[in-house]
Amino acid sequence: MTSNTKIELVCPAGSLPALKTAVDHGADCVYLGFKDATNARNFTGLNFDAKAMTEGVRYAHDRKRKVLVALNTYPQAGNWSGWTAAVDRAADLGIDAVIVADPGLMAYAQKKHPQLRLHLSVQGSATTYEAINFYAERFGIQRAVLPRVLSLPQVQHVIANTQVEIEVFGFGGLCVMVEGRCALSAYATGESPNCNGACSPGKHVRWEQTPKGMETRLNGILIDRFDDGERAGYPTLCKGRFDVNGETYYAIEEPTSLNTLELLPDLARAGVRAIKIEGRQRSPAYVAQVTRVWREAIDRVMRDADSFAVQPAWIAELDKVSEGRSHTLGAYYRPWK
Amino acid sequence: MKIALGPLLYYWSRQETLDFYAQIAQSPADIVYLGETVCSRRHELRADDWLEVAAMLKAAGKEAVLSSQSLIESESDLKALRRIVAQDEFRVEANDMSAVQLLAKAGRRDWIAGPTLNIFNPHTLSMLAEAGATRWMAPPEMSGTVLAELLASGAPAIETEVLAWGRLPLAHSARCFTARHFNLQKDTCEFRCLGMKDGLVLRTREGEPFLTLNGVQTQSARVHNLLGDLPQLRETAQVLRVSPQGDDTVRVLELFRDAIAGKLSPQDAFGQSKALMVEAPCNGFWHGRPGVEQYVSA
Repeated sequence: MTSNTKIELVCPAGSLPALKTAVDHGADCVYLGFKDATNARNFTGLNFDAKAMTEGVRYAHDRKRKVLVALNTYPQAGNWSGWTAAVDRAADLGIDAVIVADPGLMAYAQKKHPQLRLHLSVQGSATTYEAINFYAERFGIQRAVLPRVLSLPQVQHVIANTQVEIEVFGFGGLCVMVEGRCALSAYATGESPNCNGACSPGKHVRWEQTPKGMETRLNGILIDRFDDGERAGYPTLCKGRFDVNGETYYAIEEPTSLNTLELLPDLARAGVRAIKIEGRQRSPAYVAQVTRVWREAIDRVMRDADSFAVQPAWIAELDKVSEGRSHTLGAYYRPWK
Repeated sequence: MKIALGPLLYYWSRQETLDFYAQIAQSPADIVYLGETVCSRRHELRADDWLEVAAMLKAAGKEAVLSSQSLIESESDLKALRRIVAQDEFRVEANDMSAVQLLAKAGRRDWIAGPTLNIFNPHTLSMLAEAGATRWMAPPEMSGTVLAELLASGAPAIETEVLAWGRLPLAHSARCFTARHFNLQKDTCEFRCLGMKDGLVLRTREGEPFLTLNGVQTQSARVHNLLGDLPQLRETAQVLRVSPQGDDTVRVLELFRDAIAGKLSPQDAFGQSKALMVEAPCNGFWHGRPGVEQYVSA
């Protein structure tokens, strides 16, 4: 175990202003995607065309920061060339790594651009060192992003058994399901994170004030209903209230965000190489706030992990931008499971 | 066209499980996938028990396959996986890249690439075939059209299997939703899912059955039923998978046998299957639609 390996702060950028904000507030890396289904945040008005990406790469590289491009959805026979073209475009722009989930696409990238650094996306669902080593041996991946399903000792065990750098999620929207293994959105709407880069997409969402309260629907399916005093949240499928055996509750998960600030010293000691902040769909203001807090926290841990203490002001700042204004340690903390 | 029975996804008592497979030995299933794929805490049958069931089915003329766990979290999960890979009497279904890694390293050239491997294009399929897969199962969310395109685009000549019956396996989590329902933690879950023969139904606040909670797995509430789509299935799949359910699984297998043999038209088979479903049918995924839909071609 090492405590002095540098931890990179990897921040989301859904737009050029968000990218610049992340860099200005201390991100070591920004990750982003093209304006299409090649990435898992394929939302209207989000992401980068070639011109914006060129400028973003220049802005980041001028300040010695890295740019990672997410190409982490699963291409099919009929649209394969769209994904390989995206790999080529990313490589030509001089980005620092591509984040990939599909083995076929990794093989393409490795063959066509042998110098291009490959990161295994969280969408690749690799939860063990055996799986991670498979991708390393076959495709030379240099980093893997772990799904948000492992407890802290399990993360430590993975790191101890692989040469591949490990990146974990530190903050942001919480997927309760193993990433890359969730077809809930596809079942309800026909659009999935795996193939369309979208979960519970906005075009299927309906908000409707009814005598019973504000109802939120996804493709007609009632996800939740809110009383007048309640704050109506976005109908992400797994975060609605449902009825099981006559009891209505958040049967899968509450609207809440992941926040692992208090685990930072443990993650550092375990040898985690990068912390990812979720939220490419969020505003530059979110990116600024979250990046600033995490930069400060990581710098303190790097100086002295043993005396690290979470500042109440950090939590207050982060809760302001959290889903449901609350946070959880998620699966890192066993009882959550 | 062969009929496969998928792994039992629910947690039934030891005796119920053994009785079930005794019936399956007499059923029209050609292939039977065995083992606990959902939750490592479930232990009514241990590894040796599954091997005995596999041997019994093999003696009855079935191809018995040992399925690996879909979500592997711990070293003890890996230990269980290594044990499955180490035996060579039965083929193995790999449901995670850890299994692929171990099977390839062991030089196995006969394994099945399972439904959770996310095989969406011929390039990924070719890579797995080179690593030793000789059959693969399409992800349940894949449409018939996308599957046909995949097979027509330089895919390797290995067997293709499609899920044709059962509640759709939609997601896996580290969290147990059955334990959560009873305000219990997974580590002290009291095995509350034991005996829920078809899982725990989750309804919308309007009372519409929507999903099924099965421990750490989330399934559809509706039954994915492709009996009426048999003509299109014949063009792409060599193996059709039926997922076990609480009652009438053997009758479902018999319907598939009769429909495949042409003794029943797809429409009649679909009509007769309505009495065997625990919920309304759906086939949207196969038609490139939301999975929850029941699509009827005009």
